[in-house]
This record gives sequence, C-alpha cells and structure tokens, in this order.
Amino acid sequence: MVKTVFSALRQKFRIWLFRPKIESGSVTLNQRRIFIIPTRQGLGFVGVLLVMLLGDINYNLSLGYVLTFLLGTTTLMAMVHTFRNMAQLEIRAGRTESVFSGEMAEFVFHFHNTGKLARYHLKLTSSNVQEVIFDIAARQGMEVKLPIPATQRGWLCSGRLTLSTEFPLGLYHAWSYLQFDTRCLVFPKPSPPHPLPVSAAPNGTGTLNVTGDEDFAGLRNYVAGDPIPRIAWKALAREQGLQVKQFSSPQGQELWLEWGHLPALSAERKLQILTRWVLDADAQGIQYGLRLPDIELPPGQGTLHRLECLRALALCGLQT
Amino acid sequence: MKLSAPFIYGLLACVLLISAPHAEHLPLWVSLVSALLMVWRAYLVYSNKPLPQRGLLFMLMAGSVGGIFITFHTLFGREAGVTLLILLAALKLLEVRSERDATIVIYLACFILITEFFYSQSLLTAMLMFATLLVILATWIHLHSGTLAFISRLRIAGMILLQAIPLTIILFVLFPRVQGPLWGLPQDAYANTGLDDKMSPGSVGHLVLSDEVAFRITFTGTPPRRNQMYWRGPVLWNFDGQTWTPGKSAFGQIKPPRLDNPGSPANYTVTLEPHNKTWLFTLEMPTNISIPAGFTYDFQVWQKVPVTARLRYTAHSQLSYRANIEEDRRQLQRALMIPVNLNPRAQILAAQWRASSANDEEITRKALSYFNHEGFQYTLSPPPLGTNEVDDFLFETHKGFCEHFASSFVFLMRAAGVPARVVTGYQGGEYNNIGNYYIVRQSDAHAWAEVWLSGRGWVRIDPTAAIAPARLELGMAAALPETDSATLPWISRSHISWLSNFRFNLDSLTNQWNQWVLGYNPERQFAFLTRIGMEEITWQNMAFTLLGGIALLVGLFTFFMLRKLATLNTDKAQQLYLKFCAKLSKKGIVREMHEGPQDFAARVAQIKPQLASPIANITELYVTLRYTKQIDAGALQRLSRAVAAFKL
Repeated sequence: MVKTVFSALRQKFRIWLFRPKIESGSVTLNQRRIFIIPTRQGLGFVGVLLVMLLGDINYNLSLGYVLTFLLGTTTLMAMVHTFRNMAQLEIRAGRTESVFSGEMAEFVFHFHNTGKLARYHLKLTSSNVQEVIFDIAARQGMEVKLPIPATQRGWLCSGRLTLSTEFPLGLYHAWSYLQFDTRCLVFPKPSPPHPLPVSAAPNGTGTLNVTGDEDFAGLRNYVAGDPIPRIAWKALAREQGLQVKQFSSPQGQELWLEWGHLPALSAERKLQILTRWVLDADAQGIQYGLRLPDIELPPGQGTLHRLECLRALALCGLQT
Repeated sequence: MKLSAPFIYGLLACVLLISAPHAEHLPLWVSLVSALLMVWRAYLVYSNKPLPQRGLLFMLMAGSVGGIFITFHTLFGREAGVTLLILLAALKLLEVRSERDATIVIYLACFILITEFFYSQSLLTAMLMFATLLVILATWIHLHSGTLAFISRLRIAGMILLQAIPLTIILFVLFPRVQGPLWGLPQDAYANTGLDDKMSPGSVGHLVLSDEVAFRITFTGTPPRRNQMYWRGPVLWNFDGQTWTPGKSAFGQIKPPRLDNPGSPANYTVTLEPHNKTWLFTLEMPTNISIPAGFTYDFQVWQKVPVTARLRYTAHSQLSYRANIEEDRRQLQRALMIPVNLNPRAQILAAQWRASSANDEEITRKALSYFNHEGFQYTLSPPPLGTNEVDDFLFETHKGFCEHFASSFVFLMRAAGVPARVVTGYQGGEYNNIGNYYIVRQSDAHAWAEVWLSGRGWVRIDPTAAIAPARLELGMAAALPETDSATLPWISRSHISWLSNFRFNLDSLTNQWNQWVLGYNPERQFAFLTRIGMEEITWQNMAFTLLGGIALLVGLFTFFMLRKLATLNTDKAQQLYLKFCAKLSKKGIVREMHEGPQDFAARVAQIKPQLASPIANITELYVTLRYTKQIDAGALQRLSRAVAAFKL
C-alpha cells in the first residue's frame, strides 16, 4: 500500500521535474531544462579529497591544504563548467528524409551556440542505444544527425532524446531531455524481387511489353522525375538538350497494382510486395496506379507519384 | 571506449611528473623499476602492442610489495607508503584499458602529488605542484573532451585552475584549522637535521657543511652586535672522556635560574624550523618567552613536545647578566667531574695553573692565553684523536674546530677546580637587509664554555674566540683557512654583491612564504582574522563566512560565465533602428515581421509622405551599417542623430 503511494508520488515528482512534453520549434536550454548530478567518479573524488584533508590536518601540511583546496575548488568549478557546456544552447529539429523499414532514419537537429564559449563533447542519445558525440565552436551552428533504426512502417518519432555532457572532468553528469514533434515516414520494406503483375488489360494480350518502343510518339523536354531509361541519349549527343522519349501508350497498357489481386498473404507481406512493384514500375517508367483497401491512386508517373504511392503504402491501415 | 595514444602519453607524463621529485629519497631500485615500467608502457603504446597479461602484472606487483617490505621492514608509515603508491601508479599504467582505469591513475596522481610535501614545502615545490596539476588536469580533460587539441586542453585546464584560485584563498584563510596530529604519527614523520644534545669531536663540524636554515630572527629595536649573538641550546654537563651529554641532575629540587644585574635587553621573534627536538633557541640569557615553555636551572628553554612544525615565538633576553650567583653546591660539584684516569697531561697542566694562580679568574685567563700562544689552528678537518683526546688535541695535533676548543677548555677548567660546562647552540646570524631579519643556518652551529666564578655566577667564555676572533665578527668563512672554506656551502662563501642580493631577496620571499603560507596555523589564523576585523572568531562564524564566501564567489562566477553565453546579437545600429520603429509604432505604424527595412520605408512613405526624406535617410544609413561589412563610426553617429531628431 505504502509502496504504491510512494511510487505514485515518485511518478508525480518525475512528471513535475522533467515535464515530459513534445515540443515544436526551437528550444533554448535554460536552468529549468538542465539537470546535473555528480557522477560516481565525482563522489569517488570527493572521497580522495577527504582523505587528503585528513592527511593535511594530521601532518600539518600547509601546502597540502593549498593543494586540497585547489582541487576541491576545481571540483566545484567543474560543476559550473559542466553546466555551462549545455546552457543557452538553441536546438531545432530539422527535416528528416523518409526511409524504408529496416534502414536507419537520420533525424536532423540544428544546434546553435550563440555564446562566446565553445561546447565540447556533447552527447545526443536516443532512447534506444544510438548516440552521437559532437563539439560546437563558439558562435557557430551545427547540424547533428542522429540515426534511429526504422523497424516498422508508418510514422517514426524521434522519441525522448537525451542531450548530456560530462565535460570537463567527468565529475558531473548534466543532461536535458528533448522531445520534438519531428517524425520520419517509414515506407514498408520492399519484398525481394517479385514479377510485376499481368496487366488486366481488356485486349488480353497477356503480357506487358514494357520496354517496347514500337509506339514511339516523339520527344519532349525532360522534366525532373522522368525515368532515366527514357532519356533520349542520342538527342543529347546531337546537342539537342535533355529530352525524353514519349510513347503513346494505349489505354489498356496502364498497370494497376492491386491489393485485391495478391494471394492470401499477411497484410504486411502484401504491402511489401506492392512496395517492390511500385519501385520496379517506377524504374521501368510504366504508368501505374495503386489500389489499396482504403485508398485508390490513379495511374501516374514520376517521383511525386511514386512518393504518393509509397506514402499510401506506409500509412495503409494506420491511424494518422 | 579505447583510449587514444596521446592520452596514454599524457598519463605517462602525469606519473613521471609526480614521481620524479620523489626520486631523491626513493630507494634506487624503486626509481629504476618505475622508470622501466613507464618506458615499457610508452613502448607498448608507440608500437601499438597489447598490454601484458594480468598474471604477469600480479607477479610484478607481488615482487614490488616484497621489495618494499625487505627495504623498509614494513608496508605502512610514510616512506614505505609513498614508495608503494609510486610503484602502484607505475604498475597501474600497464593495466589502463578503460576510462575507469585511467581515472584511477589520475586520482592516484593527485594523491601522490600531496605526499611530496612531506619532504619539501618550499616555494619552488609549490610552483612545481602547480605545473604538475596543470598537466594532470589537461590529461583529465582529455578523457572527457574527445579529440580536443593539447593546447586547447591546457588552456581550459589553466582557466579552471585560475578560476579556482580566489576560492582556494578564501578556503585557505577561513577553513577552521585544527592543530594536528589527529592520530599518532609514525616516528619518521619529520626529518631532523640540527644540533644534537651530544657533543663529540666532529659533531658540530659536520653541521657546518649544511646551509639549511635553523631559524630566522626579527629584532624589535636595535639588534645586538654579531659577536653578542649566542643562541643558547643544550647545556652539557657530563663528560665520559669522549662525548659530552646533558646528564641528569639527580638532586631533586633545584633552584630556579636567577639573573642578577640584568642589562642590554633584546626583544626578538624567532621562527624556528622544525628540528624534532624539545629545546628552543634564545639569546643568552633568556628571561621571557611568548609560548608555553619551561626554563631549566641552566637557562635552557624547552617545550614539552618536540618541535615538529615551524614555530614562532617572541622572546626577551638580557645580554649582560650575572647568572646564578648563588649556585647550588651540588650543581657546582657536578661541574667539576672529569674521568680521572684520562688525559693525564692536561690534568697536570691544570694542576700547575691552579698552583700558580690566586683565583679562578686567573686560571681562565691562563687557559685562554695558552690557546692563544701555543699555535692552535681553527680548522674544519682536524686530524683524528686517540683515547686521550684532550691530551692529543692540546699537546699533539693543535688543530680543531669549536667543539675541540670548548671540550678541552672545560676539561682543563674542571681539572683545575673551576666549575665549568659546555654550551652548544648557534653563534651569529646573517643579516637580510631586504627582509630586515637575521638568518641563522646550521653552518652557524657553535660550542662554547661557561665557568662559574664566585660573585659573578656563570660566565661565558668562548675559547674559539681566542684562536679565531673573526669567527664571531665575520662568520665561518672568514675564520677558516682558505683550503677549508672551499668545503663550506657556497651560500656561506659568496661575497659577490648581486648574488648575495639575489640570495637575500629569495630568502626574504621564502621567509614570507614560511610565515604566511606554511606557518598559517590556528594561532596565525586567529590573529589574521582579528586583524581583518572579524569579531568573535568561533567555529560557527568561520563556517558561515566560509560558506557565504563560497556561495558568493561561485554565484558571481556562474553569472559571468552565463553572460558570456547569452545572446547579444543586437548591435548598435539595430538598437537605433528598433528605436525608430518604436517611435513609429506609437503612432500605429507597426513594422510587420516579414517586412524588410526598405519595404517598410516605402510603405511608411506612402502613409506619411511628409516624412519620406528622414525615413529614407534613416533606412539608408541603417542598411549601410548593418549589411555592409565596413564599420563606420561617423555613419553610426549620423544614424543616432537622425533617429533622435525623428518626430512624427
């Protein structure tokens, strides 16, 4: 009974002290945000100092007093230095590139040291063991990338990060919790190569001649996102600029990547195969559409289309 | 985390710096073994080889402990302890694998640093300590700052140390001092060089070779002449034919010492270096001393416990006196005892004097003139003497140092029936005109005689003065033949003026250091705190002041450091421009967040066409100042004036 009350109080205290809160925008580390406690080594050093003091008193070592006090004061000053190593730092979360599940998501944080003193050996740690150590010169900014493993599709949050330092003497541990609203979109992990589905075209040719060029319709100017195999290299060689071959694809040549056509597999497995198809279809420059249980994306092409499809796959069936 | 090679070199430098000053008193094998271990470690880092097996290290450790036990017959106590720590530090270097091991070596280094003070607490040692501490801190910072360059680390270490100094001074002054020891000290806690309470041929002579300071004296009022400065130490009564010892007065109650017809008083403060003996030195004859001390029946001053720390006392002496005119008969009997079967020739000579003299005074005069006329020589290297050493000296060798003269003089007096005794101590002193005090060194050690004459009491007779009067007037170097003075410490020899000036400056500094830093004991602390106006010096008051001082200093320090971190990117031009904007916003014309100065100016000019020209002027000045790199004081002034003159 007492135990539960105690642990509840403890929980309350922790909430009051650490104020877990998700932040957006930039955060400046002030006294309220920085916590500092002596390390085990720090306590050990105090023990060494006490033994020294006893020796000084016993042997009347005046110079011993000087050394002991000097070291004692240094210990005290080290606390201020540890604190100042973090104080007044400005931190802002940056944009994070989407990744596929199984890869490392690199969360970007912008640190800005507006003060006249350099910061040394700061350590940014995520709740799982990833950490990154860096210095920031005086009046400098710094972009810190913290890799966090993306294990699941969907939104990945950076979680509560700890910025800590034990500079200069390791006698104190100063830390601050950072929890930004930054998140990273994790696409499903693409399945191993899987043949693209047979187009459900009305003419029923059965196969899809994706690389055929008999329906060549002419050249047009390149726009960002055009698939590389379609670039007219010969035209480029004739110094006509970057141009892309256009094919007149008949209506039925559009490829539909459909959830419903996949065999009875687990939902995640299906999404992985669809992801693979989206990537393959995009690489081959095919017009493709995606039909998922909750969303339908009409056939299209290019980077934007691909990202839209991947996003739909990543968030399929998830509450956002 | 793997420790980097530069870090290991740093650790090696730390251990080297802390153990090197100990080399002079460590057993040779310990210095060699630690040096070898360090070289080995350096080689392993240099060639990137793995550290030795733990088994091997354990064997080395056991060997070291065994060696220390064989050398010192113990593992405890000061010498053995320090030696053990140094070997441990060197061995631990070979085992440094992790951050934790490295931290242990650093803590050990800090601890060994303090043990050096058992041997020396001089100013030089303090400076060396500071330098060593700097290297230790720089290495320590290395452990927690990653790849920071050595110079940067040294700078940070220096900065932290400098910042620590004010607080250290406060702690040093205010930390309540306790007079040690807290527990029993090992016998070897203090070195003792100095006068012994035994005198045999050569015992004073060997002291003369040391330039160590015995004590320093500041006189209030006119100091006495140099040849009057006899610093009284142990008085020796018993002679066994070879050695003089104080002996025991087994007579129960003895009359306290008594001075009649005192004259020529002298007041002075002595700072006595620790000599691990109970007696204190005062000018002949002492009448008063400022610390609890006893006066013996033969005018020695002593305290109950040996002097193990630098001791300061003020004393009062009478330079002319009649000492113990009414001496106890039993004491006079003691002052006549000689070993009857030794030195027959001297005894015959004494008997002749007795027979041919009317009184005791005449006998002393005869003895002095004997020393004066028989070709005696004052030398540091007298030839060895046989069993009848007084005879050998008086009739054969004729060469001796002050203890030979004093000893044979007293022997002759006693043989002739004049009560006499040997007094040892120091004679003279070197005047330091920079610090206005006198320095008495071990090389000023001296022995003289006292005879008791009826009606005059104990009279000092210095037979050395009969042979080498220069000894009293000018000091040892002047009195000795040239071949001898070459063996004296250079300090007693140098007469070059700039050198002696430098020497006096240095000693003056040392004296200040001794008085204020090393001699800062409970009494000094009390005196100092009273002088700076602290009322009621109690333990609690000191603790409060101390805590208050620490809090104030750390607070101030933190404040200044955080100010350095604060964002101060508004420059002068920007401040002026913001003032201008504030003036406009009072009239409801507010600059939008996204609006640049020129857009804003254009907008305002449309709203208030009559102000277009001053606004354009201000904006242009501001833009020039803020966005072109060149700094133009004139433009800043113009902007300041324009903003001040701007009115809506």
